[in-house]
Amino acid sequence: MQRLSRSRSARIASTVAAMLVLVAIILYLGHAKGFGPVQYVQLILDGIRGGSIYALIALGFVVVFNVTGIINFAQGGFVMSGAMLAVSFNQLALPIDPRMKLALAVIFGVVVTTIVGALVERLSIFPARHSPILTLIIITVGVFIFMQGIALLIWGADPYYLPAFTTLALEDHIIRIGGVMIKAQSIWIWATVAVVLVALAFFFERTLLGKALRACSINRRAAELMGINPSRMSLMAFAMAAALGAIGGIVLAPATRPMYDMGLRLGLKGFVAAIMGGMISSPGAVVGGVLLGVLENVGAGVTKAGFKDIFAFIILILILLFRPKGIIGGGERGVEE
Amino acid sequence: MQKDGWRRHQVSIGIGVFAIIIIMLGWIETVQPGGFKFADITGGIVTFDTLVRVGILTIVVVGLNLLMGHAGQISLGQAGFYAIGAYVSAIMTTRAVNRGINVFFPGAVPQDWWWWPWLMILAGMVITGTIAYLIGKPILRLKGHYLAMGTLGVGLIIYILFREGSTFTGAFDGIASVPRLAIGSFEIWPRERYYFLVWAVALTVMWLSLNLVNSRVGRALRAIEGSELAAQTMGVDIEKFKLQVFVLSTVFASIAGSLYAHYQTLVNPAPFGFVGSLDLVIMAALGGLASIWGAPFGVAIIFVIKEVLRTRLHDFLHGAGGEHEIIVFGALLVLIMIFMPKGLSYGVTRAVAWFGEQWLARRGDGEDIESQVGQVA
Repeated sequence: MQRLSRSRSARIASTVAAMLVLVAIILYLGHAKGFGPVQYVQLILDGIRGGSIYALIALGFVVVFNVTGIINFAQGGFVMSGAMLAVSFNQLALPIDPRMKLALAVIFGVVVTTIVGALVERLSIFPARHSPILTLIIITVGVFIFMQGIALLIWGADPYYLPAFTTLALEDHIIRIGGVMIKAQSIWIWATVAVVLVALAFFFERTLLGKALRACSINRRAAELMGINPSRMSLMAFAMAAALGAIGGIVLAPATRPMYDMGLRLGLKGFVAAIMGGMISSPGAVVGGVLLGVLENVGAGVTKAGFKDIFAFIILILILLFRPKGIIGGGERGVEE
Repeated sequence: MQKDGWRRHQVSIGIGVFAIIIIMLGWIETVQPGGFKFADITGGIVTFDTLVRVGILTIVVVGLNLLMGHAGQISLGQAGFYAIGAYVSAIMTTRAVNRGINVFFPGAVPQDWWWWPWLMILAGMVITGTIAYLIGKPILRLKGHYLAMGTLGVGLIIYILFREGSTFTGAFDGIASVPRLAIGSFEIWPRERYYFLVWAVALTVMWLSLNLVNSRVGRALRAIEGSELAAQTMGVDIEKFKLQVFVLSTVFASIAGSLYAHYQTLVNPAPFGFVGSLDLVIMAALGGLASIWGAPFGVAIIFVIKEVLRTRLHDFLHGAGGEHEIIVFGALLVLIMIFMPKGLSYGVTRAVAWFGEQWLARRGDGEDIESQVGQVA
């Protein structure tokens, strides 16, 4: 017991030391670039914006992993599909108010992607449900490639644009607070993430279906014995993950230029965020997503924009090696499975 | 398990037959009997160039077979190690020499330093192996999909480093005018000569791997694939074996990368990203994850599909071109994993065995077929 607590305090001390070193390096590099507090706040705020999207995508990973044990690489495909479908709908020449059209486009993107998610489960995961998990994971990779190929066929390799929700134009309204700039779209993103989180909490805590899903993730066999159909739950999980991914893709779309290959990067980042949160914890996924967004944005800010993705993967490997249960603990199934 | 009769020489015979096919194809292209080129056999769809590329990637995929099929350790970052081999060769035979980083000779490589690129292939192997050893030591502690993600991360980090390496790695443009290989004044070019070099290496790698699989190491790896815990209990040093096979597979990838650099004479980051790693896994899965013999066929099938789609796809889909083959790849990967998780070669072997069984049954001496099916598979 004594030894255990000492090793634990040693671990905390080393973690704190590592963080201090990291902060010192960031401050040094930032100093070399002449960064002041304003720049840091700006980097962090932008990081939180990207991170909120990662959090939404990570939630999709967590839902599927909890219920089926599969890491669903097609998640990035759902993100792309949501954004691209909304863009296409919004481009239609409909005789309605543009605000109304945008709202319909959002709903269209989410609904169709949800159906796509359900189809993916029925057509690829369900027929192979007795295969080893690794086979199922490779299948989801295949699904992702397939989706990306279809998207390339439909939309080509050009970047598209979705108007900002506030101004309904390419140029977004920018709020300035003491030198820090916040795009109105960022506020939309934060609000969306908050609403989705509340809705998810309500769904899992208060509805029968949500409780069934939770039961399935706690103990699949026991849930089955209680009359919960695991195959239906798996279908539900994929549909939910698709909806979450689509929402993330759509609210992000006005802040970037959506194109057919946007899914890979976002999907991988969402996965890293889910791993940071321990892979089974929804709050963990949200914390992981926001933290990842901030870390990579600050890291890229003080070094080089092209290195942005590298930070995510370095974090991924460090987490896998040193905190396989996630940064806030409580996760499972990493090294010791 | 002592095998009797010709089965004892199965590996040598197989490699021999394979080598004869390779030599025949090369002979057709070199001599062109009656103006008949290799491309004519396939109606111009599969060119000789494809055969060389199949040979290069076979080397990588055989390594992946050992790692994934035999040791049960997935790698989604193999293209990264392939890239290290390619870039070491490319940088050391062009830039490093021209910039005087090399202490032996400032300026360009002298004419009689033909062995320098060969030495750099070896250097690439050593560098890749060392990096793989240092990375593999911690990362191979991970299991299942966590290992998949770890290796994916490693592959992408290597890719991004090459992509962002500004003037040293040439960033997006990469490194051009990598010299051809030569022995003395005998240049290994035109393409036919390079073809024989590539396939000689590929066959050697396959032969080594087949022997490895049938050795004590191979049995240890299969034990690890079955159950790491059980293998450990039986006294197999699983960490050592996993690390060794990981390093070996990356060294194979590095050789292939160097050969690619000297073949293409241009190295840029494009083929080494996530999609590159995925292509390799698809090829390995198609040929059969645990089948060394399946490797060249898996690679060849993917290449043929690519070529056919590139030349024919626009007939079916208006305006299609470029990377649309990924639709077919994705669907193919899903279908193989659902219906033939052991790969095409296994499926075909079973089909052949089944037909053989039918035939024997008709002749009335269908005994002993089960053991034969087991042996062939």
